[in-house]
Amino acid sequence: MRAAFALLKRDIALAFREGGAMGTALGFYLMVVAITPLGLGPDLNLLSRIAPGMLWIALLLAALLSADRIFHNDYEDGALDVLTTGPLPLPLVAAIKSLAHWITTGVPLALIAPLLGLLLNLPLDAIPLLVLSMLAGTPAVSFVAAIGASLTLGLRRSGLLLALLVLPLYVPVLIFGVATASAAIVGPASPWPPLLMLCALSLASIVLAPIAASAALRTALR
Amino acid sequence: MPQTIGLAAHGIGCQRGGRLLFEDLSFNLAPGEGLLVTGPNGSGKTSLLRQIAGLLPLAGGTLGVTGAREDAVLPELCHYVGHANAAKSSLTVAENLTFWANFLGSCRDHLPNALAGFGLAALADFPAGLLSAGQKRKLALSRLFAAPRPIWLLDEPQVSLDAPSLKLLDGAIGAHLAQGGIAVVASHTPLKTKFAHKLTLGGKRAR
Repeated sequence: MRAAFALLKRDIALAFREGGAMGTALGFYLMVVAITPLGLGPDLNLLSRIAPGMLWIALLLAALLSADRIFHNDYEDGALDVLTTGPLPLPLVAAIKSLAHWITTGVPLALIAPLLGLLLNLPLDAIPLLVLSMLAGTPAVSFVAAIGASLTLGLRRSGLLLALLVLPLYVPVLIFGVATASAAIVGPASPWPPLLMLCALSLASIVLAPIAASAALRTALR
Repeated sequence: MPQTIGLAAHGIGCQRGGRLLFEDLSFNLAPGEGLLVTGPNGSGKTSLLRQIAGLLPLAGGTLGVTGAREDAVLPELCHYVGHANAAKSSLTVAENLTFWANFLGSCRDHLPNALAGFGLAALADFPAGLLSAGQKRKLALSRLFAAPRPIWLLDEPQVSLDAPSLKLLDGAIGAHLAQGGIAVVASHTPLKTKFAHKLTLGGKRAR
């Protein structure tokens, strides 16, 4: 338990100290959302209709920007070798590092989304559902990203390959995330079924993704 | 805490990228015995240490500990100090060591001990990124004191250390062995510590 806390605390501290991770993700998120209205023109109805989808797509891309940091630095400086000799099983190490990524990337991105929604004329009554869907869905984003990060360890320019590997796996999260968030805007449909699906996706990723990631880590360490 | 843990290898082999580095390697280390592994570059010294630390699979043979608790796993008894220092440059020296002490599961606060081990106490609040190569090496070696573990696996521990630090390293290994610990050291340059066993790899296959 103490080892788990120590690792979580260290990873969060590193994300804040080394800058980059969080700042880049938030900045990228802001830029993508800010240039969308410039590309689409000032049609407010159109913007508010596509706002949930745009916010979700930008969030996925922004989260991927920092995904290769989940394991890469520890692999480079040899810390991963020592982490495997600790009292925690490797899947748990992978899970804690993914959790740290969620806390330092997923949560800030989800919380800043309403602010960026203003740029896209997102109706105010859609904000609670949007944030809820993002908080429910981003754990899946971080944990699945860890699979890609562990598979691309040791490769040069791994970020691009990581995006290619992981983005298809985000399709269900995107579909249910947007369905939840836009329920308040477009239709009479209830937002709860897709939200529950999102929660299910996140829970399944939290359990299964660390196992896949640790298998990939074992091969990378050989 | 007197140590009672021994390390035994029976006929282990190592294959890297289809090439057989060594095979049929056996040794038996009783508590308090050290093993010095020598051999030319590429003869498998690092691979042997990584196998003991559980990072590389064995190509045949068995590795086992004796005298440990039933549920003990070999990697969790080992300190592995490899070529990379596993130091985070944006954390201070003390933060690096505190993390490893907590993570590797030391039961008490070993931080003062770890900082004193290689004389890093004066640098405690210094970011590890600003340390010199030798100081980073000492930071990695200080991990040995941050959490007590019976088996030390040291891969070229003397690299970039100055003469006084080499003495400290020798003293640390000697003290560890005297307490009944085990040290497996891969090295080109001789250490003053007396090792009970010596192993030369790559003798036959050296090119």
